[in-house]
Amino acid sequence: MAKKKVDAVLAWRDLELGMAITDPGSSAQLKTGDWRSQHPVVDHEKCIKCGLCWIYCPDMAYSPGKEGYYDWNGDYCKGCGICASECPKGVITMVMEEE
Amino acid sequence: MGKKIGIEVSIAVSEAVRAADVDLIAAYPITPQTHIVEHLSELVADGKLDAEFVPVESEHSAMSLCIGSSAAGARTYTATSSQGLALMHEIVWIAPALRMPIVMTLVNRSMSGPISIWNDHSDVMSERDCCWIQTFAENGQEAFDLTLHAFKVAEHPDVLLPVMVNLDGFTLSHVIEPIELMTQAEAGKYLKPYEPTMRLDTKQPVTMGGVGIPAVYTEAKKQYETAITASKKVILDAWKEFGEVYGRKYKPIETYKTKGAEIVLMTMGSISETAMTAIDLMRDKGISVGLMRFRLWRPFPLQEFRRAVKNISVLAVVDRAISYGSQGGPVFMEVRSALYDQEVRPQVFGFVAGLGGRDVTVDMFEDIVSKASKYAEKGKGPVYEMIGVREK
Repeated sequence: MAKKKVDAVLAWRDLELGMAITDPGSSAQLKTGDWRSQHPVVDHEKCIKCGLCWIYCPDMAYSPGKEGYYDWNGDYCKGCGICASECPKGVITMVMEEE
Repeated sequence: MGKKIGIEVSIAVSEAVRAADVDLIAAYPITPQTHIVEHLSELVADGKLDAEFVPVESEHSAMSLCIGSSAAGARTYTATSSQGLALMHEIVWIAPALRMPIVMTLVNRSMSGPISIWNDHSDVMSERDCCWIQTFAENGQEAFDLTLHAFKVAEHPDVLLPVMVNLDGFTLSHVIEPIELMTQAEAGKYLKPYEPTMRLDTKQPVTMGGVGIPAVYTEAKKQYETAITASKKVILDAWKEFGEVYGRKYKPIETYKTKGAEIVLMTMGSISETAMTAIDLMRDKGISVGLMRFRLWRPFPLQEFRRAVKNISVLAVVDRAISYGSQGGPVFMEVRSALYDQEVRPQVFGFVAGLGGRDVTVDMFEDIVSKASKYAEKGKGPVYEMIGVREK
C-alpha cells in the first residue's frame, strides 16, 4: 500500500494491518512538541558546555550544536524543565510559551 | 470419517485442535480450565500432535504468548473460562488490534462473585466489545465443527481477527456426546496451512503494537470495526464450504418451528436443545411457539436477524447474563435495538435465566412463553425479568 510520507499520521485506509510500522524511524516523523507550555532559554554567556542538558533530556530534544553549545529542538521539547533543573550553573530558564 | 463416537465434548474440542494441526498452544492449567488443554498437553507429550504446548504462569501470559506466536506466523490456540478470561482481559483487546488470527475456545462459566465455576454467559458478555469474532455452539458436534471453522475464518487474509468459540460449561464441556471426529488429513480438505500476511521476520522488520496517539487511535479503531463487519461474508462462505465438504450446514441464525409461530423464543448455546423439547411439548398442547438462536454473535448478523423476525409478532429473549443497572440482558438489548427503526417489528420481551449454573428447564421455558403471551396481550411488560428467583 502506498503511504504518504509527510507524517506518521495517516488516513485509516492507509494504516498498515494492525497499525504495524513497516518503515523504521517513523517516530522521528511525528512532531510531539506542540503541546509544550514552556520552553528553555539558555544563557550562552554563562554556559560551560558541560552537556548535562543533552544527557538528561528525556526526549533527546537537545543535540550538540555550533561552538560546543547544545541546541534544543522545538519539534520534540515538551517543556518539562529537567534541563533547567539539572544545569549545574543555573543558566537555563523556563519561559512560558506565547499564547 | 462418518463414524460417531461417544466422547466428552472438551476432549472432542481438543481433537478438533489436533485436526487443525496447530503449531502452538498456550494455557494456564488450573481452575477454571477444562479438559481441553489437559488433553492437548497429553497429545503433544505423546507425540500425537506436533506442536509447542506452553503451560504459562497465568491467562494474561497465555494470551500474550498467543500474540507472540501468532505474530511469528504460527497457528495458535488457547482455551479458557470465566475468571481466566477476566485475567486475560487486557490482552484480549490487543489480539484483534494487532490482527492476530488466534483461536480460543471459551467454555462459558459465570463470573464470581459470589464464587462460581458454573455455567452462564457472564464471561463472554464482558468481552463482547473487544473485536473478537464470536460463535456459540449448541452441541458437541457443533463445538468441534466451529473450532475448525474458527481457524478458517480467523486466518483468511480478508479477516485476520481472533475468533472465540463459545460452548457452555458443564452442560456441554463435561458431557459425553456422539461426535464425528476428523483426522488432520480429513480436516485438511477444508483447512489449508496458515499463510500470514504480515509476520515478525528479520529479513523484513516490522514494529507491531506501536503507540496509537490521539491523532491515529480513531483511525485504527475504524480499521478494526471495518474488518470485523466485513468478516461476516467470510464467516458465511466458510460455513457454506464446510457444508459442501462435510455435509453439515451452519447458518448465523438457526430457527426451529418459527413458521407461523405466535411466540418465538430466542436463545444462545446449549439451552436451545432444552428449548426445542419445550417447544415440542407446548406445540402438543396447542401453543404456537418456535425458537430462534444466534450461532453468530459477533459480528452481529443484523440483516439475517431482521429477515428471520419478519413475520414474527412476539419475541421472548432469554439471556444468560445480566447487565447490572441497565435495561435487560445484553442479547435482549441488542435485539431490541436492531428492530427500533423497522416499520414492522415484533414485541420483544426480555428474560434472564440460568445464571451461575441454574438449570434452564422445560418448565421455565413454558413459564417464559406464558409470561410473554400475557405481556403481548396487554401490549407491555416489565423492562425485563429474572426467571426462577426464589421469593421465599
